[in-house]
Amino acid sequence: MGEPATKEVLSLDELEAVAGLRTGRKHILSILVENKPGVLTRIAGLFARRGFNIDTLAVGPTDDPTVSRVTLTLDGALHPIDQVTKQLHKLVNVLKIRDLEPEETLARELALFKVSTDGAGRAEVMQICEIFRAKIVDVTKRSVICEVTGTCDKVDAFERLVRPFGLIEMARTGEIAISRGRSET
Amino acid sequence: MRAVDALMECLKAEGVDVVFGLPGGANLPTYDAFYDAGIRHILVRHEAGGGHAAEGYAKASGKVGVSLGTSGPGATNLVTPICDAMMDSVPVVFITGQVRTELLGTDGFQEADTIGITMPIVKHSFMIQHPLEIPRTVHEAFHVARTGRPGPVVVDIPQDLSRADIPYEPVSDVHLPGYQPTIDGNQKQIRLAAKALANSRRPVIYAGGGVVGANAGPELTELGLADKFPVTCTVMGLGGFPAPHEQWLGMLGMHGTRAANYAIDEADLIVGIGARFDDRITGKLSEFAPRAKFIHIDIDPAEISKNVPAHIPIVGDAKNIIPRLTAEYRALAPDPARLEEWWSRIRTWQERHPLHYEDSTDGEIKPQYMIQALYQATEGDAIVTSDVGQHQMWTAQYYHFNQPRRWINSGGLGTMGFGLPAAMGAKVGCPDKTVVCVSGDGSVQMNMQELATCAQEDIAIKVFIMNNGYLGMVRQWQELFWDKRYSQVETGQWPDFVKVAEAYGATGMRFEDKNTLVSDMKEALATEGPVLVDVRVTREENTYPMIPAGKAARDMVG
Ligand SMILES: Cc1cc2nc3c(=O)[nH]c(=O)nc-3n(C[C@H](O)[C@H](O)[C@H](O)COP(=O)(O)OP(=O)(O)OC[C@H]3O[C@@H](n4cnc5c(N)ncnc54)[C@H](O)[C@@H]3O)c2cc1C
Ligand SMILES: Cc1ncc(C[n+]2csc(CCOP(=O)(O)OP(=O)(O)O)c2C)c(N)n1
Repeated sequence: MGEPATKEVLSLDELEAVAGLRTGRKHILSILVENKPGVLTRIAGLFARRGFNIDTLAVGPTDDPTVSRVTLTLDGALHPIDQVTKQLHKLVNVLKIRDLEPEETLARELALFKVSTDGAGRAEVMQICEIFRAKIVDVTKRSVICEVTGTCDKVDAFERLVRPFGLIEMARTGEIAISRGRSET
Repeated sequence: MRAVDALMECLKAEGVDVVFGLPGGANLPTYDAFYDAGIRHILVRHEAGGGHAAEGYAKASGKVGVSLGTSGPGATNLVTPICDAMMDSVPVVFITGQVRTELLGTDGFQEADTIGITMPIVKHSFMIQHPLEIPRTVHEAFHVARTGRPGPVVVDIPQDLSRADIPYEPVSDVHLPGYQPTIDGNQKQIRLAAKALANSRRPVIYAGGGVVGANAGPELTELGLADKFPVTCTVMGLGGFPAPHEQWLGMLGMHGTRAANYAIDEADLIVGIGARFDDRITGKLSEFAPRAKFIHIDIDPAEISKNVPAHIPIVGDAKNIIPRLTAEYRALAPDPARLEEWWSRIRTWQERHPLHYEDSTDGEIKPQYMIQALYQATEGDAIVTSDVGQHQMWTAQYYHFNQPRRWINSGGLGTMGFGLPAAMGAKVGCPDKTVVCVSGDGSVQMNMQELATCAQEDIAIKVFIMNNGYLGMVRQWQELFWDKRYSQVETGQWPDFVKVAEAYGATGMRFEDKNTLVSDMKEALATEGPVLVDVRVTREENTYPMIPAGKAARDMVG
């Protein structure tokens, strides 16, 4: 479309909008924040106010005592992830945000399952633990506690398998993650 | 020195010459320091008045406003101005007192979790935890309030820490590793935007409050005139482009002109600058500017594609970006004739649908006429603040603002009670200017106590109440969309504003005759000291035109 007197051609029709993308997949955001009081409240408050649902949230120290890492997962089908990260960036105490690429990321979570072994299930539960490389960390006559680490999917799978035996309770940390290879997350 | 004396030194180092506040137990030390700090302190009658005054001061002068309150109720009284400043991106530092650290969390006397309460409505906030932090924190607060997208910052200081003795050394830098606003627009994007403009046949420039905040009015005007670009502004952007002007379409949005809204509706390219595609602009989002591509220039990346997907986003300061866009555009030397067809279409709308109202034939004052009379009486050369309601929209429509920072109102939060204290702050910031507040009989009563402050401090604001005896804007909605079931909107004859003015030590006047209105207003403007004028207008007039809520530009009524 050669418009009169313009030196270069640009058709408005060719312009593509960059809308808030809904990717449809799970996202893991790794957020470095200043280790100051109230920072977690600011993040949680932002999510509540803007209507973003957090699936999991894990907070812990980093190698630098003035900096903490917040790892959170959310569903890219429900939220425009770029709007989430841009809003997070506006928090003055947020230093860095990475939306981790699934293939280049190591993600792990820790979970504890208290399973009833009233019936004859104990041997079977132990077998499942072995397959999942889970540890039995507590045993009573009527129950065991299994410790599992792995990706969220692995922990989900473990849960599905032990649930029929009678899942008394479980506790999960939510995923933490770090990027593969030499460079920093 | 005492930490509070260091606080005074920091305020002075930030160039603060005036603050608005009211003391209490938790900030007694701070007030002791004000006693001989050499900073003008204006004692307001309600903290909200002080907060809005600081906003008015900031908007008129371009400097950071400062507002103070004590702990508990002092701080909660500041919540509305803080939220207002957040919504309208106004740089204000709020300094609140807090109970002694040993009482924190014990429901101590006048304890409120100020940081927690205000967290969702601040750009940032600081809770002082050690007296040594005070100087640096104060400077960081000003830095955050002023730079990037401006906004409110709260500094909460526990009483015991403010009394501590600290070694004070001037701080010259701030340390905020997580805060680095983008100022410079990306050159490639700017070039792309220039090309898109050069190729558009139906462009519209849509400018907002960000242009005013960036002091980029002249730059915007130059871009507009780089070709025959039609220009419209939001309520917050008025004055960014000089009105009236042959390229000026008037305001857009819910109560904007038909020409502006229809132009947006048919545009092929919209250049949004320092404007945030608010729902009062877009109406029904799915039908907003259906044929247009969008260039969006904004300093806040989170605004880009928040409501309307941008085709060419440019993040940075409008003052930095607009001149570069103008230069790139000029270098392309496009043919201005391509816009002729567009203009003939726009002219048709302008001729067919100008802003209009049916004037009275007797002496009755129509509210629209009241604003036209004010424009005449002030010769278009006043700082005008407003409250919220019909009078606000009529002022936006009928007072032609030809310079930035002349029009000060509450747009995002729509805070009744904003106008009078904002005028007070604007007058303090610009003492040589005529400062006028256009208010409603409902709104003005929400912060009228500041008339006492104006009288005491001789702050000569002129308040014109558009008195229709109703909460007019709500009455209008009840009339149009709720079958005229007027529920709790009649304010009637109370109070007697002339007597109120006199009781406060201001001059009170009442105008009821259209025929002498301009000269009466001139008299009010020439009267010394603060003046409160009760202008009796038509009671049931509606603000038109109007896009009903949730409808599209094409559905405009009135
Ligand atoms: C009763 C009532 C009726 C209303 N009707 C209308 C109406 O008809 N029309 C109308 O327009 N509004 C109307 N409003 C106001 C409306 O609610 C919004 O407040 C207004 O539209 C927002 O204006 P804005 O887009 O200019 O954004 P602002 O709130 O002024 O925001 C400024 C934008 O500029 C950006 N910015 C800040 N600094 C810079 C910089 N240096 N460089 C670049 N960008 C910067 C910010 O990030 C932000 O995105 C009405 C309000 C009320 C109370
Ligand atoms: C603090 C506050 N309360 C309620 C509202 C809702 N509201 C918006 S406009 C309006 C009527 C304002 O009446 P008035 O000040 O008399 O102005 P008019 O519309 O009559 O010009 C009201 C109640 C508001 N904006 N702010």
